[in-house]
Amino acid sequence: MITIPNWIAFIIALVTSIGLMLHRDWRWGIGFLAIQYLSIFWLVQTHWPVSMAAAKLVTGWMACTVLGIAQLTTDSAKGTEASWPQGRLFRLFTTGIIIAATFALSLRASSWLGLGLPIAWSSLLLVGMGLLQLGISAQPFRVILGLLTVLGGFEILYAAVESSTLVAALLSVVNLGLALTGAYFLNMPQEAKP
Amino acid sequence: MSAPFLWIFLPLTLAGLLMLLRNKKVIALIACIFTLFLTLAAWLLPIDTAITIGTVSFKLSSSFEILGRHLVLESADRSLLALIYGSTIVWFAAAPAVRTIRRLIPLGLAITALFVAALAVEPFLYAALLIEMAVLLSIPLLSAPEQRPSKGLIRFLILQTLAMPFILFSGWLLAGIEANPGDLGLVQQAAILIGLGFSFLLAVFPFYSWIPLLTEESSPYAVGFILWMFPTVTLFFGLGFLDHYAWLRDSPSLGSVLTTVGILMVVSGGLLAAFQQHLGRIMGYAVIMETGFSILTLSLVRAVGLNIFFMLLVPRILSLTVWALALTILKEHFPTLILRDMKGLVHIWPFATSGLVLANLALAGMPLLAGFPPHQAIWEGLASTSLPVAFWVLIGNLGLFFSAVRVMLAFAAAPEGANWEFHETGAQRFLLAVGFLALLLLGLFPQWVLPLWMKLPTIFTHLGQ
Repeated sequence: MITIPNWIAFIIALVTSIGLMLHRDWRWGIGFLAIQYLSIFWLVQTHWPVSMAAAKLVTGWMACTVLGIAQLTTDSAKGTEASWPQGRLFRLFTTGIIIAATFALSLRASSWLGLGLPIAWSSLLLVGMGLLQLGISAQPFRVILGLLTVLGGFEILYAAVESSTLVAALLSVVNLGLALTGAYFLNMPQEAKP
Repeated sequence: MSAPFLWIFLPLTLAGLLMLLRNKKVIALIACIFTLFLTLAAWLLPIDTAITIGTVSFKLSSSFEILGRHLVLESADRSLLALIYGSTIVWFAAAPAVRTIRRLIPLGLAITALFVAALAVEPFLYAALLIEMAVLLSIPLLSAPEQRPSKGLIRFLILQTLAMPFILFSGWLLAGIEANPGDLGLVQQAAILIGLGFSFLLAVFPFYSWIPLLTEESSPYAVGFILWMFPTVTLFFGLGFLDHYAWLRDSPSLGSVLTTVGILMVVSGGLLAAFQQHLGRIMGYAVIMETGFSILTLSLVRAVGLNIFFMLLVPRILSLTVWALALTILKEHFPTLILRDMKGLVHIWPFATSGLVLANLALAGMPLLAGFPPHQAIWEGLASTSLPVAFWVLIGNLGLFFSAVRVMLAFAAAPEGANWEFHETGAQRFLLAVGFLALLLLGLFPQWVLPLWMKLPTIFTHLGQ
């Protein structure tokens, strides 16, 4: 089995998920998410036909486009969180914990599911980082990024056990629906800045 | 034509078309007639049997293939379809009395169709994906574009979305258990994943914080619809799990888990409702209690418990509709809905205030009201197995009852000599009066709705026996 490209995909997932966690600017956020979908595509195509895995990539990029356009039509100042950079150390520390915890879990998961370590670790890492994002931010845009990250991680793992076209289609609809929900949130009046 | 086309794709198409209309009365009329047609069709039309009307002969096939999988609605599902679309009529018929009609009806119809699809899809685990789509469609329903996204809405989205991976992944484990039933480790892992998935979906303690937040922040009528539809369909989905997997159904610890979860929800919901100052939050906690009661019924002796489970449905929808309608009417004039700002309102809003208190009392299991017969059956069933459990459930009921008394006292605290006025519109008075009457009549004659739920247990091959 060729694992080097999988490890590269893992490193991309690691860097982008850390970037999503630490960078507060929405442009960087969408950029990191778009690159993250490249790694998701690569890891999914190890179990699915390339054409089906490509659907994930296209859906992910469409979601990024929807969120990007929605952000462009709103006031760009809203995209920056007021708490930054005060929470940098905390975010780095929790990110480190997630990386360590998911590594420990992925050792078991990879043998249990018969997956390569980079696939299992990437999946659990994205789920963990997404959950962390959901836990520490109440900003609708960050919440949507967190949910898309969680789903991305789940889809890597689920692709190994399920290859139904209907599931792939429905998951794509859910991803796009989440992006549209994010766009809906962004077009609503936001909380006044302190 | 196939049954899934009639009960899933046709409503979805109509929901899209209704989005384009502007006249609220026309939207309500079309939606009511259409859902009535679907309800009657579910009641009268057999599936997979040729029907001849004059010279025309047709057959509703039960299956519809989509991307290699199937949507299947069989004859046994007709009573469930009648219940789902029948309850939708109740919400749509009262909708003209509130302002959210242009969002509620098209989105509500689409959500209903997606839920029917969730109950029809095979393998049935894929329902989690369709429920997630319904969650996403609920967002614009629960929050108008001019409002800012509320905390409750964000939590609702997060917790409901997190349910989907757990349910889907548990499906894979369940397939493994079917192949290798002796693997206890796998059984434990699957049980944990299913438990977590349903905890998120059903808003089980402690994941229910979004319910009172939503009932406080969003339109009570839209939230009422969501809080009727989501737990009901999720409970049917959960029953499908129990019906499908013998190891889960026959697990010795299932009864105690369901009892513990049910009691936690009933007691915490009841006690928290008792001390709320916000009228919307009280409704939220009452819904939490109702989910707890439904879970408790599943812990009772199987056939009895299932019958009580279905008995709860009709009083619940009536009470919730009346409560949500009354709250919506009051919220238009008193946006805070804080109890201390609503003293003496019974003199100027007699129908809305009475409706709110009556619905609250009905869900608390007050004798002579619709909620009493099923609640009494639950108390009896629980007391026969464990008195402490019945005692805790009674504590929860007393909490909700206490909240109704507090609200009633606040509404009645009018200055001496205050004149009686009617600020509700004619339509609102009519709808609320019909609601009161239904709540009272169902309390006195619960057997009248027996035909509505008698056939429902037949949906479940194993549980219904």
